Amino acid sequence: MSIYDQFNFKPFQAMTEDDYHFIGFKSGLEVHQQLMTEKKLFCRCPAGRYSDYYNAEILRHMRPTLSELGEYDGTALMEFKTKKEIIYRINYDTVCTYEMDDTPPFEMNEQALDIAIEIAMLLNANIVDEIHISRKQYLDGSIPTGFQRTAIVSVGGWIPFKDRKINIIQMSIEEDSCREFSDVGHQRVYLTDRLGMPLIETVTAPEMLTPFEVADVNNILRKLVRTTHKVRTGIGAAREDVNVSVIGGTRIEIKGVHRIVRIPLLTYNEARRQWRLLQLRDELNRRGITENTFSAYYTEVTKLLRNTSYQPIYNAIKSGEIVNCVTLRNFKNLLRWETQTGTYFSKELSDRVRVIACLTSLPNIIHSDSPSESLLSSEWQHIKKFVGATEDDSIVLVWGNKEDAETGAKEIIIRAKEATIGIPSETRQALRDGTTGFERILPGPQRMYPDTDLPPKKISQERIQIIREKLPVQFWNYEKWFKQLQLPENLIQELACSKYTKVFEKAVTQLKVNPKLTAVVLIEYPKKLKKKKLDIAKLTPEIMLELLTAHSEGQFVKDAFLPIMENIIKIGHFSKQNLPKPLTRFELGKKVDNILKNYNDLKINKPEKKIDIYTGIIMNQLRGTVEGQQVKTLLTMIFNGD
Amino acid sequence: MNNESFKGYKGIALETLKKFDAKIWSDVEIETKETVFTGIILPRSETADEFHIVLKLPTGYNIGIAASKIKDIKINGRKEAHYKIPEKEFPYDPKKPRVKLFGTGGTIASRLDYRTGAVIPAFSPGELYGSVPELADICNLETEKLYGVFSENMGPEQWIGTAKKVAEEIEKGVQGIVIGHGTDTMHHTAAILSFMIQESPVPIVMVGSQRSSDRPSSDAALNLIHSVKTAAESDIAEIMVCMFGPTSDVYGLLHRGTRVRKMHSSYRSTFRTIGDIPIAMVDREKITPLRNDYKKRRSDKKVILKPFFEERVGIVYYYPNMHPDIIYSMIDNGYKGIVIAGTGLGHVNKPLYPALKKCQENNIAVYMTVQTLWGYVQMYVYDTGRDMMELGVVPAANMLPEVAYVKLGWALGQTNDLEEVKKIMLTPIAGEITEREPSNGYLIYQGGIPEVEEFISKYKK
Repeated sequence: MSIYDQFNFKPFQAMTEDDYHFIGFKSGLEVHQQLMTEKKLFCRCPAGRYSDYYNAEILRHMRPTLSELGEYDGTALMEFKTKKEIIYRINYDTVCTYEMDDTPPFEMNEQALDIAIEIAMLLNANIVDEIHISRKQYLDGSIPTGFQRTAIVSVGGWIPFKDRKINIIQMSIEEDSCREFSDVGHQRVYLTDRLGMPLIETVTAPEMLTPFEVADVNNILRKLVRTTHKVRTGIGAAREDVNVSVIGGTRIEIKGVHRIVRIPLLTYNEARRQWRLLQLRDELNRRGITENTFSAYYTEVTKLLRNTSYQPIYNAIKSGEIVNCVTLRNFKNLLRWETQTGTYFSKELSDRVRVIACLTSLPNIIHSDSPSESLLSSEWQHIKKFVGATEDDSIVLVWGNKEDAETGAKEIIIRAKEATIGIPSETRQALRDGTTGFERILPGPQRMYPDTDLPPKKISQERIQIIREKLPVQFWNYEKWFKQLQLPENLIQELACSKYTKVFEKAVTQLKVNPKLTAVVLIEYPKKLKKKKLDIAKLTPEIMLELLTAHSEGQFVKDAFLPIMENIIKIGHFSKQNLPKPLTRFELGKKVDNILKNYNDLKINKPEKKIDIYTGIIMNQLRGTVEGQQVKTLLTMIFNGD
Repeated sequence: MNNESFKGYKGIALETLKKFDAKIWSDVEIETKETVFTGIILPRSETADEFHIVLKLPTGYNIGIAASKIKDIKINGRKEAHYKIPEKEFPYDPKKPRVKLFGTGGTIASRLDYRTGAVIPAFSPGELYGSVPELADICNLETEKLYGVFSENMGPEQWIGTAKKVAEEIEKGVQGIVIGHGTDTMHHTAAILSFMIQESPVPIVMVGSQRSSDRPSSDAALNLIHSVKTAAESDIAEIMVCMFGPTSDVYGLLHRGTRVRKMHSSYRSTFRTIGDIPIAMVDREKITPLRNDYKKRRSDKKVILKPFFEERVGIVYYYPNMHPDIIYSMIDNGYKGIVIAGTGLGHVNKPLYPALKKCQENNIAVYMTVQTLWGYVQMYVYDTGRDMMELGVVPAANMLPEVAYVKLGWALGQTNDLEEVKKIMLTPIAGEITEREPSNGYLIYQGGIPEVEEFISKYKK
């Protein structure tokens, strides 16, 4: 009995850790993170300016080329089959002749490289001694050169997770690609504003063992890079590719996941798809279909369907297109084999036809395993007889212009045959419903090529030293310390990733300010001020340190923090003038006496609360110039007649 | 020890590799102070430093490891690169025209070179079909490698050699000729071939690429298709340059060999016809003539070959404050001809006059062209121009400076009689001097102007 017969997938919520262990769920991440630089990576265009407006368009095609080791990449050849026309929309303000691939690259943005090195250090990685820029082929057109300039910055590394470490394979610095605007038929349109922006790609080992672990690790990585405060945030600034496999499966890359919360369902569905495809392979083998005995062919059946009432085919034939019928021997009912939630094996065929034959308007295939939804049963019978299909076979119809319908039929046969082997290596798109769809064949190392336009770049020890001196402490180490300091749980996480960590460290260890107070001032107060729509970016770490220093020197009491911070935002800097001066003992006594006189006839129902009530009244008037505790002590003396 | 085994390495990097007997292409584990790297040792560019070893990681990326950090190298095997475009025999179809493709070098067919780290030219017939199979739909292609040089290294020897080969091929009865060439000096070669090969019965098309063919976005394939199509099918029996019209993959332009110039250091659409309009447009489907005064294809195999060149000729690009010593130096070095690229209508400063006079006395041919590129030399408008003509400087009409240079070399290669030279120089042979300049021969769009922007936004340029 095959292992795949011993377990049937449960619904998402019902899956347990043991279940994932049984199927051998393994997942790794490739996290792309844009860096916060003023300019792009290999030219001097501004980074981070997005606009759909464009001044001009250019048109290009891509052709596969050989890798450094003299091999063609499978993805490249697949993309070439699609014969796509690529249109780039050019906005003069964000794109120069470099991104258009009409000018060689300028030297790498040093600011971006420094940030990448900093992050490599946070990942506990080994920084390479010499950076070699490579070209990673992308024939989908997402980069006008046909390749992405990319370079390894560090190798190895780890981050702590639960009671173990998740290993990092490598981290590279690279230029971002275009944003896809549309992809219809043989034409794909790209916006170029994002093109060339610097980003890093961090690749983890496939060591996450459940879908939830993938999301958790992703969150750690995201938090870690944000502690540099030199990365971009917001929509599209961080994007994940998620690799998933099960026992006996294949590494499948799910591309372009924008939100971490979607990862668990996506990876669950992908694991399920792989499991179901492996079960399908077993079923095919039971039917005697193997890679060697697989039999399929296609026949043109246009003339049989001239009068069909099925609109898509009727319209196609009317506009001069043709219909091909693929016969898959012995496949009966297997096109209705469920692969993902509500998704069937026929979708695997349809996806290939959509992407490779560019038959993008759906449905692009119909098949005899779901006969009632399209043609009349007499039409199915007629076609089956014509192409020589038996009751045990499945037939699939694909229509389009002659060339595309032919590519489509061939792709259907290729994909059906792959089912006898297992799971083809693919990159898959994340879809809204948590399932995935075919995007392209998974590229291999063959697509790498050294960049002949730029020489290798040495990373000097001096450079590493300078960066290391300013390196933030890894947030998990801060979290440990904050727990020891018994900071409130809700402040620990935020403070550990905040830009004020160094300020906190100094205030607590050197200035001896109360840790909890410092945390509240650095985390809670800015939030309060933000709610008032104030620009809290003006509260720079330097200013906050000045402020905490002044407090530690007794220049103002803790209650004065908030109004002073508000004033800083208004005037743009911290001024020691006009600070609410703490009252001297003498001044305090006089003021308290005066206030008490006004409240002589106050009726107190609960005498035990008398001191608290009067403290409240007095603080309302003197807040910012005296600590509450001081008032309380004074009142205790007065009322208890000491 | 064989140098090839450690190609490109020197100093401490070489010593380290030798110590562990780790030759290039070895599949290795390298242990450093901090970690262990796995990968293949690659050759190193000779211009790179002596401190690092290049490793290709299993992911396909390359990195450099400081040799000084290496503690051990364990060798697990070997994987040598065989960089070869799948070669396929070019299919023969008796119904298709025969086209000959000559290779001289350049990026039209190129691959990686470890010596310089840059691309070097490579050329083989089967490779071309392997990478651009569309060529077989157009013609029966034969290829022959004449040279393998960067275009800046093309010179009289190569010009003469190429001209002879082309003439030979025409006499054998070919339907068209394509010459692959580096783009930097393609217009020099196009011009000299226009003088050396006259009255060709078939198209002679020069082609290159601005983005090397080792990149997916290369213009090489489309340029090749355009040029081969022109050679096989067009009725234009002239020497032409066939390169991108716009930067988009839309169409190519066929420029007359004597009026064309490379105008941008890196753009795809770098070649422009100067002071006139191109002969035709070409795309995958058709050739669209833009004029009809070109020389038409003939069915005979006759051609006039004049493979001459005098090397002691130079161009002087005039600038304010130029001192006459530059000219004197040329006289002292035995130059026989000088082309001046003068300012405006064709001027140089007064201090140069004595030097020009000495040229006249020494029987040196001096011709005036304009560094504005567009427009004619006109030396009558100002007195200074007349003074210079008195000193023997001959205005070269609207010949481009580079064209005047190769033509002067070619003329002096045939005769030392300056009157004869003058006759050759001022008699148009292949459109290098035109009687009139149509006003659309000078169009440089000024970006930013509303009507230009409107045009740009409408077409894929």
